[in-house]
Amino acid sequence: MARVELKGLTKSFGPVKAVQAADIAFEDASFTTLLGPSGCGKTTILRMIAGLEQPTGGDILVGADRVNDVPIHKRNLGIVFQNYALFPHRTIGENIAFGLKYRKVPKSEMAAKVRNALDVVRLPGVEDRYPSQLSGGQQQRIALARAIVIEPDVLLLDEPLSALDANLRESMRVELKAIQHRIGVTSVFVTHDQSEALAMSDRIVVMSAGKVAQIGTPEEVYNRPANEFVADFLGASNIIEGRLQGRADGAVVLQVDAFGAVPVREDRAASVGSGPAAKLMIRAEKLLLTEGPAPEGRIAVKGVVEAVDYQGQLARYFVRVGERTYQAMNMIEGRPFAAGDEVTLSFSPADCAALPAGT
Amino acid sequence: MALEVAKFDKRPWVLLSPALVTITALVVIPMAFMLAYSFYLNVDLAVDKPAFQFGNWIEIATDKYYYVAIWKTFRLSMIVTLLAAILGYVPAYFIAMTRFRHKWMLLLLLIMPFWISFIIRTLSWIHILGHDGAINSLLLYLGVIRHPMDMMYNQYTVIVGFIHVFLPYMILNIYVSLDGIDRNLEPAARTLGATGWQAFREVTLPLSLPGLGAGCLLVFVLTAGSYVTPLILGGPNDFLFGNLIYDAIITELNWPMGAALSITLLVLLGVVVIVYSRLMGLRQLAKAFA
Ligand SMILES: Nc1ncnc2c1ncn2[C@@H]1O[C@H](COP(=O)(O)OP(=O)(O)OP(=O)(O)O)[C@@H](O)[C@H]1O
Ligand SMILES: [Mg+2]
Repeated sequence: MARVELKGLTKSFGPVKAVQAADIAFEDASFTTLLGPSGCGKTTILRMIAGLEQPTGGDILVGADRVNDVPIHKRNLGIVFQNYALFPHRTIGENIAFGLKYRKVPKSEMAAKVRNALDVVRLPGVEDRYPSQLSGGQQQRIALARAIVIEPDVLLLDEPLSALDANLRESMRVELKAIQHRIGVTSVFVTHDQSEALAMSDRIVVMSAGKVAQIGTPEEVYNRPANEFVADFLGASNIIEGRLQGRADGAVVLQVDAFGAVPVREDRAASVGSGPAAKLMIRAEKLLLTEGPAPEGRIAVKGVVEAVDYQGQLARYFVRVGERTYQAMNMIEGRPFAAGDEVTLSFSPADCAALPAGT
Repeated sequence: MALEVAKFDKRPWVLLSPALVTITALVVIPMAFMLAYSFYLNVDLAVDKPAFQFGNWIEIATDKYYYVAIWKTFRLSMIVTLLAAILGYVPAYFIAMTRFRHKWMLLLLLIMPFWISFIIRTLSWIHILGHDGAINSLLLYLGVIRHPMDMMYNQYTVIVGFIHVFLPYMILNIYVSLDGIDRNLEPAARTLGATGWQAFREVTLPLSLPGLGAGCLLVFVLTAGSYVTPLILGGPNDFLFGNLIYDAIITELNWPMGAALSITLLVLLGVVVIVYSRLMGLRQLAKAFA
């Protein structure tokens, strides 16, 4: 187990700058997610940590050692590939024992370790089958077992859940997190699924076009996004232009045309800078629709429902207020609102965040 | 319902029938003629008498000369196959693994020789290795040698000629099976602790065996059945079994003997194919050919 640190890590493929000066620290035994849209350089970072890709600049440290020039097979890392990459000509037992062979583990211990790894991923007794005889979810677990049986310093997971169907995906992510927690291995998880990232991570690294956009706990990146990209990428939000008016009572006051003065909590306005232009972010699920007047202490405006996107116990509403359409995600109590309904749209200033204008 | 399901399904046979008719007309019937011909009696040059006698077969079974020819054919085919496998694997691996964007160009280069007649390609070696060939001329001109070296008309030129014409078959077969291997397998093996060479040996090589096996079989059978290459590039002693057939039919005009020899070669190669597929696993071969 070890702490991993990337210092100014850079990778270019010819003119393509896949990763630009990434500074990221992965704490010992932590679970960190690299999150970002397709092509933002997540896989490239993972491959550089593994040694499968040579950085064009910067350093990779595992523990206290710089590993840039350590060959792949000496890095002691476990990787789970997106398509599992199990060896089709080897049995499950041989697949899992593959890494043990090169670690001079005696034959007698090998079988026990393989059995133990299969127990950890809850698939006992499949040693003699071939990968093609297992389902996608089972293969994914075997890939995990093969990666953890060698007791790696770092576990690298490249979208390991993306090939699974929605239900299996949810249960596997709980299980994966539980296994990671139990063996306490430093893990780097790559995904472009924000709910996966929020549910599993100790820390999230949000990436955009090869650059780190924000690093923080799920709560931080969700509630206190550093910029508009992060706010937009994690969850549905309404981002509204405003002007910085001043500070009062531990709050930063934003003047927004539609709502007047909105006092945003200081800790949620850390990135806003000195203004005067700034933006107000309201999460869709924090915008409440009511038929009558809004509850006490909320900022409210009147609007008309434009469209409804029914999602079971939730509904996503598109509400028109003046020139703008707002997105709101509400629990359905009784009957959902219908398009054309006149509603009161309200939010609590405590749920808002302020963003710098330029991003 | 159950009865209906069990009913004989004619469709596969309908679809197969054109192929079956063609094969019957062009392969099975001529071969039956050949088999019948092998029992005929050769009276004189090009004069045969219909008969049912085993003279030709007894001669093949008892004359040591034919055994020597079979052994020579087998040995040379093995050498050519082995060399082609080794020489073919490297370019196949390179073409399969390269990130070069215009891979199709490399494959085209591989197929391009097929545009030129195989006999012309074989004859070209005379202009390279012969007394007045490129190598001798150059060395004479440079004064390295005083008299042209004898490099032609021996076993080695025959091997070179065979490899020259059959190598593309080997490369294509290996390439197809390498290309089907998941690109992440070798990296996966390497992160688990295997060196590059170990990862190749444990993962890529075994997974490319179907293609390698198919390529070997193809080159072996093609070599064992040829007669033109030894005729053009070999010396008097470098004949293969195919040359005996050629001699019997073209030179001695003894068609019944030629027919018997042809069937012998066909059966021998058939046995090789069957034994080989058993060893390799027929299904793996089918996969490689698919
Ligand atoms: N071998 C390569 N040669 C050239 N460009 C590459 C190579 N590998 C990656 N890239 C480029 O680098 C950028 C980052 O790629 P990367 O695979 O890291 O993205 P990613 O974040 O993992 O995306 P995804 O979510 O789609 O997997 C992309 O623009 C990609 O086209
Ligand atoms: Mg990727």
